[in-house]
Amino acid sequence: MKQEFTITLFSENHIGILSRITLILTRRQINIESITASESAVSGVHMLTMVVRTTPEMVQKISRQIEKVVDVLKVFVHTSSEIICQEMALYKVTTRGLMSGSMIGDIVRKYHATILEVTPEYMVVEKSGTRAEIKELLSLLEPCGVLQFVSSGRVAVTRQVKELNAYLREMDEAHRTRKEALEFYN
Amino acid sequence: MKKNNNNTVPGDAGPVATSGVRTEVTGAEALLKALVEEGVDTIFGYPGGAIMPVYDKLLDYSDSLRHILTRHEQGAAHAAQAYAMVTGRPGVCFATSGPGATNLVTGIANAFLDSVPVVFITAQVTSSLIGTDAFQETDILGISMPVTKWNAQVKNAAEIPEVIARAFYIARTGRPGPVLVDIAKDAQFESMTFRYSKCTYIRSYNPANPLIGRDIESAAVMINHAERPLILAGHGVIISGAVAELKALAEKGGIPVAVTLPGIPAFSHDHRLFAGMLGMHGNYAPNVLTNRADLIIAAGMRFDDRVTGNLKKYAPQARVIHIDIDRAEIDKNVRADIGINGDAREVLTAMLPHIREKKREEWIREFRILDRTENEKVIKPETEPGKGELKMGEVVKVISELAGRNTVVVTDVGQHQMAVARYYRFTDSNTLVTSGGMGTMGFGLPAAMGAATGTTDRPVIAFIGDGGFQMTVQELGTIMQYRIPVKIVLLNNSFLGMVRQWQEMFFNSRYASTEMVNPDFVTLASAYGIPARKINRREELKEATSEMLASEGPFILVAEVSRIANILPMVEPGASVSEVTLTYSSKS
Ligand SMILES: Cc1ncc(C[n+]2csc(CCOP(=O)(O)OP(=O)(O)O)c2C)c(N)n1
Repeated sequence: MKQEFTITLFSENHIGILSRITLILTRRQINIESITASESAVSGVHMLTMVVRTTPEMVQKISRQIEKVVDVLKVFVHTSSEIICQEMALYKVTTRGLMSGSMIGDIVRKYHATILEVTPEYMVVEKSGTRAEIKELLSLLEPCGVLQFVSSGRVAVTRQVKELNAYLREMDEAHRTRKEALEFYN
Repeated sequence: MKKNNNNTVPGDAGPVATSGVRTEVTGAEALLKALVEEGVDTIFGYPGGAIMPVYDKLLDYSDSLRHILTRHEQGAAHAAQAYAMVTGRPGVCFATSGPGATNLVTGIANAFLDSVPVVFITAQVTSSLIGTDAFQETDILGISMPVTKWNAQVKNAAEIPEVIARAFYIARTGRPGPVLVDIAKDAQFESMTFRYSKCTYIRSYNPANPLIGRDIESAAVMINHAERPLILAGHGVIISGAVAELKALAEKGGIPVAVTLPGIPAFSHDHRLFAGMLGMHGNYAPNVLTNRADLIIAAGMRFDDRVTGNLKKYAPQARVIHIDIDRAEIDKNVRADIGINGDAREVLTAMLPHIREKKREEWIREFRILDRTENEKVIKPETEPGKGELKMGEVVKVISELAGRNTVVVTDVGQHQMAVARYYRFTDSNTLVTSGGMGTMGFGLPAAMGAATGTTDRPVIAFIGDGGFQMTVQELGTIMQYRIPVKIVLLNNSFLGMVRQWQEMFFNSRYASTEMVNPDFVTLASAYGIPARKINRREELKEATSEMLASEGPFILVAEVSRIANILPMVEPGASVSEVTLTYSSKS
């Protein structure tokens, strides 16, 4: 059964890493629903968050293939319940449409949206939330005349407590002990 | 300019084996110095505009670095791969930008699919021109990305030592594979201070996982309890140097060993536990009995579709222990009950003490019974026909009997490759160089050259079809120029035999574009000054083989074999490994 997975991966910021990773997904015909590249909490380490729909078996296969990429530090695969995630959207709406009802109050209070800019022609509304919440607001605004709509990829943090730094320390440590063991036997 | 991370390696364990004093050199020279530091002695390549600074400096390094000028970059790539396979050290290959680099691609992909360490160095146009569609600019990083283990571009001379050090480390460790370093022309001219330290650690790269004792022990328990275990040995056994450990495991547990095509010399064919080759044109017993086995112990192999046939009907009774250094291979095609992610030699060594001594004579007898059937129905008629046209099988068998045990056997791709896999008796490890995963026609001749360059004390015999031979035939020029002593057995059936076989079996004998009108190969050889002899009668076979083996330098033996002949048995596409076709009568 196909379901939604969030793949979070950490890599050295090596040129071409994004191509290498998307190649693995496109070969298997897996659509990337969203992708966000950013810095991570560890300096010099890059983070990619991808949302894909596929089977649990397939996500395991591709995550192992991704982790094999030399410059990839660590790959995490999460189902929706294991992460806290947000997306962000901007809506550019005609001012006339928006002013015609009692909508503005609703938008701000009920949807926790913010107004970023107001001109006689248009207003820009910003909202972060889940994909569903963002879509809901879009359908609400549609009758007012949406001139532009854009939404970001998913950003996510995990519920688990062990952080990347701990993994990095473990990797360095494992290397050190392996080296010491080798030196000992040689 | 923003430095990329080629240069700064966070978490790097730091220099370990720094050698030499600082010297001021050009980027081109830094490259050559780095190669010398890595123990390279031979380079296969082809020059061109963008790589000229490197070639110029090569003249000054001719004492330590031998350059073999091939006749095509594809030839250089295959030769470097074969060189790596026989020496156990990474091969090195040079090409210029644009067409030079793209000509390498088949060779890179071939090394990638067969996990062979080759360091490809391509030159790139001057860095200010990169991205502008300059003359002879191609995005070789982008093109080679899906077929390299790693690749990188260098635009500053100062980066060269570290990038080369990483390239070698990545190519040869873990699951080996090809890497590519693309060096801009201006970086080759630029001067820099040379210092070298070998790479021993990359934080984001984990070549081998530490073994988990629990997995090893449970695997051993599973093996001890199995009644009908079967070992499937692949190329990984040879790469990790686990041949002795594999033998010990098989003997202690009384377990038959079947091999994949690249894993053929992992187990002596003379051993009583040798079960034969797996897969499409493999042996009858190991294919059929895969589906009788109650335990499959797969070591250093990846369950390629040519091995498994129809996956839905593969090894239904068996539990699976899968040992592989590449974690992505475990559970990829066949689900493992126990997946052991590690080096085959380390794993087998750790496992051995836990294995109970057993004979399993009943189980082994099952193999012998099926062997007898295959022998009578297929092997005997193919290798000892006694009358009629010359057959590939008998040529291979005679040569196998007369050649020394340590001979390196090289093949191209097609029917003759399968004839060698089936009828050559391999007894020593690391004696086969073939194109397995990719099945690249044209591999044989340049690979033979590379193998013979890498080993001076072992004879090299290449079996090549008339089709594949003509794909890279220009390398005869290289063989001539460097007097490379390869013995070439050209099995000429005047057909693209393997495709013709499929046309006969699956396309109603409609021979669309598979018949070949060939030149006189003996005359062709003489143009290159290479001794050659043509035979078409079995009476001449032994004597001609002896002449070839006794010859000093290169030699081409052209064997005119049956035009219409099929390689059997065959696990037909879509069939299960137990549904092997043993006999097929030609309609033509
Ligand atoms: C580069 C390349 N092109 C096409 C093929 C498809 N192919 C596989 S075997 C074969 C025929 C090989 O003919 P030949 O070299 O004469 O050897 P034979 O099978 O007759 O022994 C072909 C065309 C291939 N493997 N590689």
